[in-house]
Amino acid sequence: MTAWLPKLTYRVWLVWRRNFEVFTKTIFVNFLPALLEPILYLAAFGVGLGALIAGPVAGVNYIQFIGPGLIAIAVMYGSFFECTYASFVRMYYQKTFDAIIATPVSLEEVIAGELLWGATRAAINGTIVLAVVAAFGLVSSWWALLVPLVAFFGGLLFASLAMCFTALASGIDSFNFPTYLFITPMFLLSGTFFPLALLPKILQGTALSVLPLTHIVDLTRGLMMGSMTSFLGITPEVMWIFAVVWMAMVTLLFFVLAIYLMKRKLIK
Amino acid sequence: MNSSEVLIKAFGLTKRFNGLTAVDHIDFEVYKGECVGFLGPNGAGKTTTVRMIYCFLPVSDGELTVAGLNVSTEARAIKGMIGVSPQDDNLDPDFSVTKNLEVYARYFDIPRDRAKQRALELLKFFSLEEKKDASMYQLSGGMKRRLIMARALINEPRILLLDEPTTGLDPQGRHLVWDEIRSLRKQGVTIILTTHYMDEASALCDRILIVDNGKIIQTGAPQELIRQFAGEDVLEVEYDEAMVKQLKDELPSAEVEVFGDQVRVFAKEHGVFERVIKQFPNKTMTIRNANLEDVFLKLTGRKLRE
Repeated sequence: MTAWLPKLTYRVWLVWRRNFEVFTKTIFVNFLPALLEPILYLAAFGVGLGALIAGPVAGVNYIQFIGPGLIAIAVMYGSFFECTYASFVRMYYQKTFDAIIATPVSLEEVIAGELLWGATRAAINGTIVLAVVAAFGLVSSWWALLVPLVAFFGGLLFASLAMCFTALASGIDSFNFPTYLFITPMFLLSGTFFPLALLPKILQGTALSVLPLTHIVDLTRGLMMGSMTSFLGITPEVMWIFAVVWMAMVTLLFFVLAIYLMKRKLIK
Repeated sequence: MNSSEVLIKAFGLTKRFNGLTAVDHIDFEVYKGECVGFLGPNGAGKTTTVRMIYCFLPVSDGELTVAGLNVSTEARAIKGMIGVSPQDDNLDPDFSVTKNLEVYARYFDIPRDRAKQRALELLKFFSLEEKKDASMYQLSGGMKRRLIMARALINEPRILLLDEPTTGLDPQGRHLVWDEIRSLRKQGVTIILTTHYMDEASALCDRILIVDNGKIIQTGAPQELIRQFAGEDVLEVEYDEAMVKQLKDELPSAEVEVFGDQVRVFAKEHGVFERVIKQFPNKTMTIRNANLEDVFLKLTGRKLRE
């Protein structure tokens, strides 16, 4: 009955640690873009484009509105690219997974370690952007301290989705499909740069039900503003619960699915 | 050196990939302290067999035990006592030489201090001390191969699996690896190696399993196999119909084989060709010792594989 559930031990962290140590080795290369990118976005969209937007957006200045969106985007990119391109390189070109599973560590633990690392990457990137946004004076609630937690779990969701694509990819070029058909639409249409409420109801419903980034943006914005935005007549209180439950369920589903698909791909 | 303790036992071991049978009901045993070679052409099933031993590939059929543990249910315990040197370079290019060993040690739960000490010992043993801080991109093919072997020994394995340990190495690199394998043998490590080099199998193995098309077609000590299937001496000469006939008449007990434009005569005894050579003063003939290659070609045929 539970045969399809992955069997995991503390060894998951050995895999996580391998990736963490590679990351710290190249920390400067990893930190700099994560730090510069949100500054550029805030300058271009917040200061530049924001000057053309007269009234408040969803109750705040435009530059304040996009802050949480930038954090959520960093979370999505951090974990998605880590568990597509970077994991694929480790799996296929470097044969790192093959080397590790010749030791007492199992393939399931390798994949789980990769996913937790993807989530950690997202949490690191999200926290860097949070710090930048805070430095611009755009955070108005202490609840924002919980944003790294949202970044970690949102990262775990995107890492799991990414790993499913990695399991199905025939080559590294295959990632163009999910990147342009899934990630880019979410980048634009998940309440990142304009309120979701401006879209037709059907698109709002779609974003809330199938685009994971929507919930990460909502939760991040909710924590940074101190209150949740309501959509489609759903009250803010229900929105909190909906976002958390939706993310928990989808993360669990894709976490298990990613490990299952990778086992199917690699164990012949 | 060999004991009667069976470390690996395969019975009816079979591996199928989407309808293709790569390993076909093979039986074999490996004793403690032995160096056993799987010798065969490409696609014979050598690597597949090795991969089942270290639980990388699940077994399709039959039984396979390592130190009495079943590979299908005790993978973790088995992997803990085996060292694997795979065919492909899967060293971690993100780490230095020493760090490769230390990170790998962690996967075996080897404490940090012990790992550092062990890494140093192994680098010394494999003459890689000077390269201890080098990156993977600074290593030659031979150095990488030796580092992979060092990594395979980090957990002080009872069994060492070497999948084509010298493929792609230059002669110097190859002989260095051979010396190290011999030295490990002396230390009592049980070794299984796969190779398609006959001289390698002859030089290193106590016992050879010749595999072809997923089956073990012959086993024995290298010298035994040579005596049994190729005899003592081999005479090689360019094909000539009259001469072949004469050779057969002169040496009724020898075996005459024609491979394309080459004739090979296998003699069971030493020194029978000297007399024959004198009768063909105009021919260039070569007399050499029979070797494993003769056995191999005899048993597996000359058809190109792959």
